[in-house]
Amino acid sequence: MDFMVFQYPMITVQACLDGILLGILFALIAYGMALQWGVMNIINIAQGDLVILGGYIAYFMYLYGIHPAWGVIVSPIIMYFVGVGIYKLVINKVVDRDLFISILATFGISILFMQLMNFAFGADVVLANSGYGTTFLFDSAVVLPNSKIFSAFVSIVFAIGLVIYMKKSKLGRAIRATAQNARAAKILGVDTEKVYAATFGLNAALCGVAGALISITFTIHPYMGLPYTIRSFMIVIVAGLGNLPGVAMSGMGLGVFEEFADYILGTEFRIGSVFLLLVLILVYRRFKLSRKREYLK
Amino acid sequence: MSKNVLLYAAILIFGLVAPFVFPAFKVQLSILCVLIVLATTWNIQGGEMGYNTFGNILFYGLGMYLCASVQVGMFFPLAEWTESGGEKTFVHTPTQFFQGMAAGLVVAAVVPTIVAGLIGYAILGLRGHYFAICTLGLGVAAGEISGGIEIIGAGQGFTTPPFPNVGGLEARGEFFYFLSFGALVLTFIAVRAIYSTRFRLILNAIRDNEDKAEAMGIETMKYKIIGWMVSAFFCGLAGGIMGGLVGYIDSTDVAFDGREMGVFMVLMAILGGKGTLWGPVIGATVFHIFKEGFWTFFLGWQYVALGVLIVVIVIYFPEGIMGWLREKYPERFGEVVDEADRKAQVELK
Repeated sequence: MDFMVFQYPMITVQACLDGILLGILFALIAYGMALQWGVMNIINIAQGDLVILGGYIAYFMYLYGIHPAWGVIVSPIIMYFVGVGIYKLVINKVVDRDLFISILATFGISILFMQLMNFAFGADVVLANSGYGTTFLFDSAVVLPNSKIFSAFVSIVFAIGLVIYMKKSKLGRAIRATAQNARAAKILGVDTEKVYAATFGLNAALCGVAGALISITFTIHPYMGLPYTIRSFMIVIVAGLGNLPGVAMSGMGLGVFEEFADYILGTEFRIGSVFLLLVLILVYRRFKLSRKREYLK
Repeated sequence: MSKNVLLYAAILIFGLVAPFVFPAFKVQLSILCVLIVLATTWNIQGGEMGYNTFGNILFYGLGMYLCASVQVGMFFPLAEWTESGGEKTFVHTPTQFFQGMAAGLVVAAVVPTIVAGLIGYAILGLRGHYFAICTLGLGVAAGEISGGIEIIGAGQGFTTPPFPNVGGLEARGEFFYFLSFGALVLTFIAVRAIYSTRFRLILNAIRDNEDKAEAMGIETMKYKIIGWMVSAFFCGLAGGIMGGLVGYIDSTDVAFDGREMGVFMVLMAILGGKGTLWGPVIGATVFHIFKEGFWTFFLGWQYVALGVLIVVIVIYFPEGIMGWLREKYPERFGEVVDEADRKAQVELK
């Protein structure tokens, strides 16, 4: 236990800023999950592994001497095709089936990716050094790496870009129509199969962006995927599907929570506290709904 | 009926003589028994009740830690034991070992049952995928948290008491084999007894339509919690035995191993056929033989193979072996089939 948080107010400021910058990144991943959950009604356990894979793309660019920030452009393009590939191979067979089937199938994909990444890239914790330096605030009491600010900025740009794309473009309209009523969309001439593939590809591309940013800002490791899945799932259920400001807010809230959990409980309990928070949120929702004799569905 | 008795007798006799006939496979057979117990108990939730859980690993890991802790803590200070790690400063006498094991297994079975009862009301109110993800979170959280607790070894692991020096090298394998075989027989008898009562029908009603079951006057929550507690009891027991068998407990790699054991139990039950008595048994056996027989050929690619296996089973074989047999030979399952109707259905396909 460490009560530094209460003795030094600047640590609180530090934790809040760190948490908000981190949370914006989480919100980007959660946005992808909300997209494909809303459209295809699938919970993708492999979400976090897609993030890590995107991170490795940026890391390899860094290894070959290209500045990792370009990964933000390259990674989503590659990940889009990875996403479409996963859709064509596995997801299109589970779209209309029982939800548990899709959870288990994506769990299988998650294990597969985890291990393939472990073989291909090794089990070391790696990061792509962006060389952006740090910003000092309040007499050096608060230290912010510029890469974190950069990543939050890029996340916001991508999120806004996607919102505009979904509103204005033809594919965006088709995706929204399919989300509202897949059958009606089909009758009106939308190729839902293509829309599903594109949605999963977009989701993977968003994961790619987030992964590239995470490889610059934090560290990546083949086994670190599941916590990102759980975080995005948690953000989506707190915010609700299709509530984008809510996704951003709950993402930042989760980021701040994690930073404080890290300071107060210790780093070894960080991931544990995230998973425990998920259980608590679900149980809270369950009791709140059961008063009206309803349940989460 | 008499055919069944013969079958059970044959299996029982095979189980009793197996360690002497195949002495090289004692450990594998013990693990098989534990796997069957886990698959069978998962089936109570996932197959009969329709509550697909990833969280039974919680009870398994809890049982594992509890059994070892009690076995050590009864005679020696636990903190010093875990601190000393592999170097044994304390040695159990045979009596202490067996007493500790017995007490440990009782605790390992009872405490998870109580935990299941306590959290059951909160968790089982969730449905469908929320339940699945929540239990997944529970399992992982337990692993992460237990990995931070010093007294049970934290990140460096917990060495369970070594088998005392009685009866030579063979005795350890035989002891754990009969322990796990005993657990298997106990589980099978209990589950079979449960499935022959009204309880199974209630669980099936919950699976098929919970709202209607509730409207029919069944207190679904009560039965869901009881089902979950039965699972927890045997999962904890299996965990306690497995802890002694493996001899070393690590929070995320052995005890709360959601990536391996937690998925295995789901996979085995689905492979064999959800919602049948024999499905999980067959599924676990096939899975274990496949895993042990072919695992070595994959040379480090085991988990890749596991991932592919999960996807393939789930997509192409969701009804499992029993489901496939049932479709092929419905008469054996006591279903009366109209031949014309069956032909028509085949043509429809």
